[in-house]
Amino acid sequence: FWLHSNCLEPRNSPALNPLYSSSAMSEAVVPDAMVSPAVGGLHGEKAGGPAVDFSYVGIDAILEQMRRKAMKQGFELNIMVVGQSGLGKSTLMNTLFKSKVSRKSVLATAQEKIPKTIEIKSISHDIEEKGVRMKLTVIDTPGFGDQINNENCWQPIMKFINDQYEAYLQEEININRKKRIPDSRVHCCIYFIPPTGHCLRPLDVEFMRRLSKVVNIVPVIAKADTLTLEERDFFKKKIREELRANGIDVYPQKEFDEDAEDRMINEKIREMIPFAVVGSDQEYQVNGRRLLGRKTKWGTIEVENIAHCEFAYLRDLLIRTHMQNIKDITSSIHYEMYRVRRLNENNTVMAHANGIPEHHLAAHEM
Amino acid sequence: QGQLLIDKGVRPLSLAGHVGFDSLPDQLVNKSICQGFCFNILCIGETGIGKSTLMDTLFNTNFENFESSHFEPQVKLRAQTYDLQESNVRLRLTVVNTVGFGDQMNKQESYQPVVDYIDRQFESYLQEELKIKRSLHNYHDSRVHACLYFISPSGHSLKSLDLVTMKKLDSKVNIIPVIAKADTISKSELHKFKIKIMSELVSNGVQIYQFPLDDETVAKVNTTMNGHLPFAVVGSTEEVSVGNKMVKARQYPWGVVQVENENHCDFVKLREMLICVNMEDLREQTHTRHYELYRRCKLEEMGFKDTGPESKPVSLQQTYEAKRQEFLVELQKREDEMRQMFVQRVKEKESELKEAERELQSRFEQLKRLHADEKAALEEKKRLLDEDQSSFSKRRAAAQLLQAQSLTANGKKDKDRKK
Repeated sequence: FWLHSNCLEPRNSPALNPLYSSSAMSEAVVPDAMVSPAVGGLHGEKAGGPAVDFSYVGIDAILEQMRRKAMKQGFELNIMVVGQSGLGKSTLMNTLFKSKVSRKSVLATAQEKIPKTIEIKSISHDIEEKGVRMKLTVIDTPGFGDQINNENCWQPIMKFINDQYEAYLQEEININRKKRIPDSRVHCCIYFIPPTGHCLRPLDVEFMRRLSKVVNIVPVIAKADTLTLEERDFFKKKIREELRANGIDVYPQKEFDEDAEDRMINEKIREMIPFAVVGSDQEYQVNGRRLLGRKTKWGTIEVENIAHCEFAYLRDLLIRTHMQNIKDITSSIHYEMYRVRRLNENNTVMAHANGIPEHHLAAHEM
Repeated sequence: QGQLLIDKGVRPLSLAGHVGFDSLPDQLVNKSICQGFCFNILCIGETGIGKSTLMDTLFNTNFENFESSHFEPQVKLRAQTYDLQESNVRLRLTVVNTVGFGDQMNKQESYQPVVDYIDRQFESYLQEELKIKRSLHNYHDSRVHACLYFISPSGHSLKSLDLVTMKKLDSKVNIIPVIAKADTISKSELHKFKIKIMSELVSNGVQIYQFPLDDETVAKVNTTMNGHLPFAVVGSTEEVSVGNKMVKARQYPWGVVQVENENHCDFVKLREMLICVNMEDLREQTHTRHYELYRRCKLEEMGFKDTGPESKPVSLQQTYEAKRQEFLVELQKREDEMRQMFVQRVKEKESELKEAERELQSRFEQLKRLHADEKAALEEKKRLLDEDQSSFSKRRAAAQLLQAQSLTANGKKDKDRKK
């Protein structure tokens, strides 16, 4: 698909500047003599017209090479779900990945008690779709927001996220290091907001304020089928205002927009978050089709119907369009920030020993 | 194949429907398209062997070329960077050519500038990687991804310069040997030449780049191509009319050598292997093998280890801190030394000054004495003069009196006379 049969006329080379010469290549017409077996076919069409042959270099073949390499290596994705118990986190994960990826589905225990402290539990699965293999790790945080006193409940989560950065850093600075450093860093943290319809609670604000500095946060309104459309829109507007007022930057963060095109796409998303989602792993017959949904006495809520809830937008954002971007932001921004602070920490320790006043470590401090 | 991801505790799971992460490779490719690619080729070969022409032919463009003289005192490297684009792929290509390679009388050190250049690029990347605030994603990767070694078409065997150079480079860069100006060798000679070259490389333990066989999509074509090494190439940017087409070729009185005709030379094979099939693998090998080796050696050289004396893992941080301490202690020692030296110098200067002062003092005393002496002498003179003066005035007074007396006596006499 990466061969274009249009743009066959040669492009003009722009003026040479001192350091770099720009030379545009004309689009390929491969002479008949070249036969290329395996690689997706280096074929093109012969240019109509007089007997001038433009030679095809094949630089754009690197895209196919990259694709092959990526398919062979496979991908890794680590998603964390945070929210009070009963908000449908496990169900949502199962709905997103159309299989039982959450811990609850895997464990045999029928009754799970709410733990006394926050636990961090992760479970990994190998999934594959059309030849693309992915190791998906879902990190659950049972106990979050369930205690009577929820002060500092972000701490264990913050610590877990930082521990993953630390593990990566340690491997990266080894002398003998692995060819591919295993990536356990949390790429995305889905935060479940209970559908009160009013505004964010102090717990929500506090958590998101702190964690948005170290990880990509995607807030969602859970169990959105308890809100009417008007209530939903009001709630979302209120949430967006509160996020803005508290300086909370959720994914996609404004400051990481790369160019105008990016900004345009991301602005549209920013106007829609938080997505109001409904999860389900049950299928029902609706209008002759089998759809994922929740059946109630007053109707069936179709999970993938954007008129009913915004699950499809969430899925598209997380999986179909922005997954790579989420991973990139984690590795090139959040991880790098952690690394900078960590490496500067050593200097602070030394500075202490020399009686120089300490700098304050901001975001990664607990 | 699946070994990379499947480890203990990871179960495979089947999906009940289309999730959509099969678009991940597309997302990755799109990101790379936005970022652009980097590719760096190093061409080593004697002056005039056709390096620049081959590059021009390979990339179908005219790079700025300088004809080098044969009288360079030392081997130098000239790197030029270009921005190329084909359909939606932007490539930042750097072509590095050796200048004066093989021209010197004494070629013992000819390989050194090449090795130094390659190491410098590794070092530059390592420096960036070790920085605290780094931007590896924007970093212009200048590490050499492929090294085309141009072999002279003597038809016999490799020169010792070739073997020595390639041996020095084989653990630092992906070497692809090519036979230059292959239109000067006949087909049968070429076949024997290739076999001789490959066996010499093997017997001297030179590790050239092998096209990778692990991906079944390309394993077959790569295996075939591995058997055609070294590629016998002909380069030309001039076009000659053959049949009803204009093709890149070299026109001789006895015929036309067509560059892209696989019966005439291996140019097409080189282009396919180097660019169309294995560019990404060349980049990956450079990063994961050659660069890692450089990094490991460099860090070990600097004294960093992964495990301490009792085989307990030593963190880089600890080593770094230990080294930093060492460095600070060293600094302190130097500071003390300097301070001591300063104190010493001050003392010396002080004593010098004291000495000078004393000298001055003694001279002053001397002068004072002289002055006193002179004064005394003068006083003596004055006294004598005074004495003289006083005796003179006495005598004068006496003389005056006498005169006065004689006058009065004379007056009396006169008076008497008158009487």
